[in-house]
Formats: sequence, C-alpha cells, structure tokens
Amino acid sequence: MNDFVDFFSLSDPNIRYVVLGTAFMAAGSALVGCFTFLKKRALVGDAVAHAVLPGICLSFLVSATKNPLLLVIGAFITGLMAIGAMDAIVKHSKLKEDTATGIVLSVFFGIGIVLLTVIQQSGSASQSGLDTFLFGKAAAMSLTDVWVFGLISLLLVCTILLTYKELMLVVFDKNFANAIGIKTKRFEMLISVITVLAVVVGIQSVGVVLMAAMLITPAAAARFWTDRLPVMLLVASIFGAFAAVGGTYISYLAPAMPTGPWIVMVISIMAISSFFLAPGKGILHRSLKIKRYQQKVLHENVLKLFYKTGEKDADFYRYYSFEQLNKLEEAAALQLKKALPKLTAQGFLEKKKAEYKLTQAGKKKGQRIVKLHRLWEMYLTEYLRLAPDHVHEDAEGIEHIITPEIERKLEEKLNFPTEDPHQSNIPYDHKN
Amino acid sequence: MDAFWIILTGTLVAICCGLLGCYLILRQMAMVGDAISHAVLPGIVIAFMISGSRESIPMLIGAGLLGIVTTLLIEYFHRKGKLQTDASIGVTFTWLFALGIILITAFTGQVDLDQDCVLYGEIAYIPIDIWLTEGGLNMGPRVIYIIGIMLISILAFIFFGYKGLFITTFDPAFAAVVGINTAVWHYGLMAMVSLTTVASFESVGAILVVAFLIAPPATAYLITHNLKHMLLITAGLAFFISASGYLVAAAINASIAGAMAMMAGVFFTIAFLYQKFSSASIQK
Repeated sequence: MNDFVDFFSLSDPNIRYVVLGTAFMAAGSALVGCFTFLKKRALVGDAVAHAVLPGICLSFLVSATKNPLLLVIGAFITGLMAIGAMDAIVKHSKLKEDTATGIVLSVFFGIGIVLLTVIQQSGSASQSGLDTFLFGKAAAMSLTDVWVFGLISLLLVCTILLTYKELMLVVFDKNFANAIGIKTKRFEMLISVITVLAVVVGIQSVGVVLMAAMLITPAAAARFWTDRLPVMLLVASIFGAFAAVGGTYISYLAPAMPTGPWIVMVISIMAISSFFLAPGKGILHRSLKIKRYQQKVLHENVLKLFYKTGEKDADFYRYYSFEQLNKLEEAAALQLKKALPKLTAQGFLEKKKAEYKLTQAGKKKGQRIVKLHRLWEMYLTEYLRLAPDHVHEDAEGIEHIITPEIERKLEEKLNFPTEDPHQSNIPYDHKN
Repeated sequence: MDAFWIILTGTLVAICCGLLGCYLILRQMAMVGDAISHAVLPGIVIAFMISGSRESIPMLIGAGLLGIVTTLLIEYFHRKGKLQTDASIGVTFTWLFALGIILITAFTGQVDLDQDCVLYGEIAYIPIDIWLTEGGLNMGPRVIYIIGIMLISILAFIFFGYKGLFITTFDPAFAAVVGINTAVWHYGLMAMVSLTTVASFESVGAILVVAFLIAPPATAYLITHNLKHMLLITAGLAFFISASGYLVAAAINASIAGAMAMMAGVFFTIAFLYQKFSSASIQK
C-alpha cells in the first residue's frame, strides 16, 4: 500500500519523470497509430522502428557525439527513407505491401546492426548508450526527456487537430478527398512524418521490436469500443497512457523487471480484453447474439412443427410425446430435448406426464411462422417467378426475420392469398 | 576453416528460410513470417526452463508450438474479432515478444539467453560449438547438423507436397473445391516456418531470419514467373548472400549476420532496378 501511495503521489522526481515521460510518449504514439491503423498500414510502424537504427548509428559515426538532437535527426531521415522505399517497391514492382514491409524492415535493421558493431569495435567511449535504442530504457528518464516527450506529444496533438478534417478524409475515402481538391499526397506524407516522429521518440523507451505495439495495440483496442474517429483517438490515447503508467508501476514494484515489455504487456492485455468483452463488437457479445438468434430459430421451428402436425391431425391441441415428435421427418435437425422444457417454461407448451401440447400463445406463434413461410413462398413464385419447388429453402431462413411491417406489406401485395404454391392453407389470425 | 563453417551455416539457413519464404510471399503472408520469428521467443524460454538446458529438441518443440499458437491467434482475432490482418499480426507478435523478454528477465540466471542474441544472433561463435564424438572425433559445428536436418525436412516437405502447396497457394478456392484440405497445408507451412526460425535463431537471431525469409524469394520473384525457377534462384542467391555477407563483415570487422542481411538488400535492389529498367524499356 505504501508503494502505491509513494508511486502515485509522484513525490519522487525520478518516478515523476518516468511516469510523465512514458505517458506522454504512449499517448502520442497511440494517436498517430489510429491513423496508420485505419489506413490498414499498421505494420509500417514496425518497419520504421527497425529502420531508425542505421540513422542513429550513422549520425553517431558522423558527429562522434551522443547529442540526442543529432541522433534523432539521423533516425528521422532513415525512418522516412524506409517509408519511401516501401512505397517505391509496391509502386514499381509486382511485390505486395507485406513483402515490401518485411524487406525494408530486415534489410535496414541489418545495416543498422552492421554499423552498430562497427561502432562498438571502434571503442568510442560514449557508444555505450546506443543500444538503449534496441531495447529501450524507460526507467532512466530525465527531466529533459519529459520535456521532449511532452512537447512532441503536444506537437502531434496540434498537428492532428489542425489537419483533422483532411486526415480523416484521406484515411477513409482517398478518392473522394482527391475529387474535392484535397492534396492527398501531401497529407499522406504528413501521416508518414508524424509516424516517424512518434517512432523516433518512442523507441527510446520501449525499444525497436516493441515500438510497433505502442502504435498498433491502443488503436486496435479503441476500435472495438467506438465507430467514431474522435472518440477512437481519445480512447486510444487514454489506453496508451494508462498502460504506460501501469507498466511503470509494475517495474517500480519489481525493479528487476524491464519497463518497456511491461508497458506492452499491459496494453496487450487491455486490447485482448477489449477484443473479447467490448459491447457490440466484442467476440463474446457477438457470439452471444448468434446463440440467441439460433435459439429463437430453434424455438420457432419447434412451434412450427407442433402447428403443422396439428394441421395434419386436424387438432392443434393434441398431446404428443417426445418420441412421437422425434420420429417426424421435420424434427430431424431440431434439438427437441433442449427446446421442449424451455418452451414449456415460457408458456408456449403445456406438459402432462411426458407429453406436450400447444398452449394458445404457442399455437398463435407457430401459426404466424407457418403463415410467413407460405406467404414468402407465394411472393417468390408470384413476383420473382421462381419454380414452386425452389422456394422452400429460402422461406425456411426468412420466416424468422420478417417483421410485422413487412408481414403486413406482403399480405397486401399478395392480396391475402389463401393457398401457398404447394396448395397448403395459409392461416390468418382473424379467420380462427 | 572458420570462414567455411560460417558461410556454410549462413547458406543453409538462407536456403531453409528462402524456400519457405517463396510460399509466404506468394500467399501474401510475409509479415506472418516476421510475427512467428518474434513470437517463438516465449516458447524457447519456457522450453529452457522445463528442460533446464540448451538442448535443441525441447527448444524446437517449444518454439514450434508457439509458432502454431501465433498463427491461430492471428487468425482468431481476424476471423472472430473482425480485426484487420495487419493489426492482428502486430498485436499478437509484440505481445508474445514482450512476454518472452519478461520471462527472460524473470528467470535470469536460470536462462542462458541474452537479449542481443535474440535480436541478431551469434553466427560468429558457430565454429566454436563443435560436436565431438566420444572417440574425440571432430564432427564440425553442432548447428550444421540441426540446420541440415531442417533443410532435408523442408526439401521433403516441398518435394512430396509440391502439388498441394502449389494449388493451395495460387488458387485456394479451387483447392477447396477439388477436396484438398487447405488448412492442413496452411498449418503445415506455418509449422515449418516456426521450426526453421528456431533452428536459425542461434545463428542469425529473430530479425535477420526475416531478411532470409523474405528478401531472397522477393528478389527471385522479380526475375521469374515460374515457381520452380523461383525456388532454384532463391537457393542460389542464398549462397551468394551468405558468402558476400561474410566477406564484407570480415573486411570491416562487423556483425556477420547483419552484413548478410545487408547483402540480401543489395541483391534485391539490383533485381528491383533491373526489372524497373527493363520493364520501362519494354513499355516504350
């Protein structure tokens, strides 16, 4: 508990720098990530993260100092070159985007490793800091870092706010943007620039490999909670910042633990929980919806079975045993055992000993399904001129979907037919 | 002698990766290869902890399993969660890689694996790790045998499965219609990629495996339209990349694996400019 208070009161300046610095960094990359995510180029961030390494090494070789500004400029240049190379490969050859990304990523990184080993062997005294770019050093932030991260995040936010409309159009509908006279090339370039910027600053805290997660994962998580871009941007940056604070807290509790991987762990867990739990788009919600629909179809089909058997026997309220029903041809695909007790509990069936019969409500519901089925068959033969033996399958599906409004329209259009194409009676409520 | 072993290892790794890579890029799954090469890390670490040694068999099993899990997760998020493929790949592999690094840190001392080695390998140390028989006979570097077995399995996989791989790669819909189980070929290929990644891990590391998986087949694909030629050219390129990479590295005293990846890039650039130049002249 004391740890908790110590950490979140931010009284220790070191903790304050790390927390604020990583939170700014994470929020900034999450914002940019939303745009690359929506452009379906999420892995570009990964390639850029690998491609900044040669730039960092080169500017170190040239300047022979570890001046952070020079390193960042070098990183920025090779980062942009990587995006340019990917675009050129896709544009001027038959190779696809994924291959281009993979080549650029690994070849640039290979060159970076070559340069890095050359630097290490030349034995410069100050080279030791360079490999923090490989794995990140979130735990060693200084006040300057916080200022740099804060300012760059602010810059990213301002850029996105100022060009919001254009960026949105370019991301969602490039052709339309072109048509209304927006210079799409310019804004695509802008997205590339802010991606590289986010990578260049972020890489120092989480490292080359995990930088991709800071861009992609918050955006992917946020996408499950909303369909609106402003909300998505907000949610993604909050997720990113939260993960940064969470990851830093874990490595504060267990000092041996690396901060970067824990930040990624936290944001990944948040994203994966979103995939499952988010209302509407989440996997659980979706499969629940499918299950509910399947149950509805099953119940309606069982009531339909009762109604049609009753029709044949000229008595809708007769008792049938499970075995009797199960023998029927139409019952083959139905899970009767599951449906019968549930329908009884809902008041559509009545049970005496081991036998079931329709209640009035059950008969009404079964009758409606039969009516919709036969009306739809009528509609298909009358209006679409389908052969009567081709319409049953289609009606099987649609009978569960037709709403009362469409039902009324169908009745009117067909002028309340009394028989379906197979000469079965179409039952109407008011006749009974 | 060291140079010979290093170039031989590099060539074998590049052939193994390149042959599988041909299918990956034709199936537009290049980045799945990248994802697998990173995501096997936790599998390797867990295998280390369970077996308590650097034995190859448990490592291969652990990483092979993780490779399959990675593919399944990517597909699960894509199909069930309706997440776009690129994001699904990005989320899955970074998560598993982070898990791997966390496991390495949590069990330092018990796990003899360092982060640098994970990223860019130690091909220079291969000639040191010699397999000596009980009689004291020098059988050459241990890694050669692992990669050699891997290469034989890959050749067998492609030779016996040529038709299945071919049809499921170019026309999966047709393959399904004529009753070929596309999933079997898909997961078979993914399993081979994971195993190859692990077998190459020690020598070239996670990221440079990607260079060998993607760059040589992509270079070959620019030159030819024929799958058999593409496989052969890839295998040929493997030797040139490995040899020239070693020479460059030796000349400037730098990382050998890095130099090999760089040379893969050089060969690709030449092929790219060549096809650009020649197709431009045809259009005129």
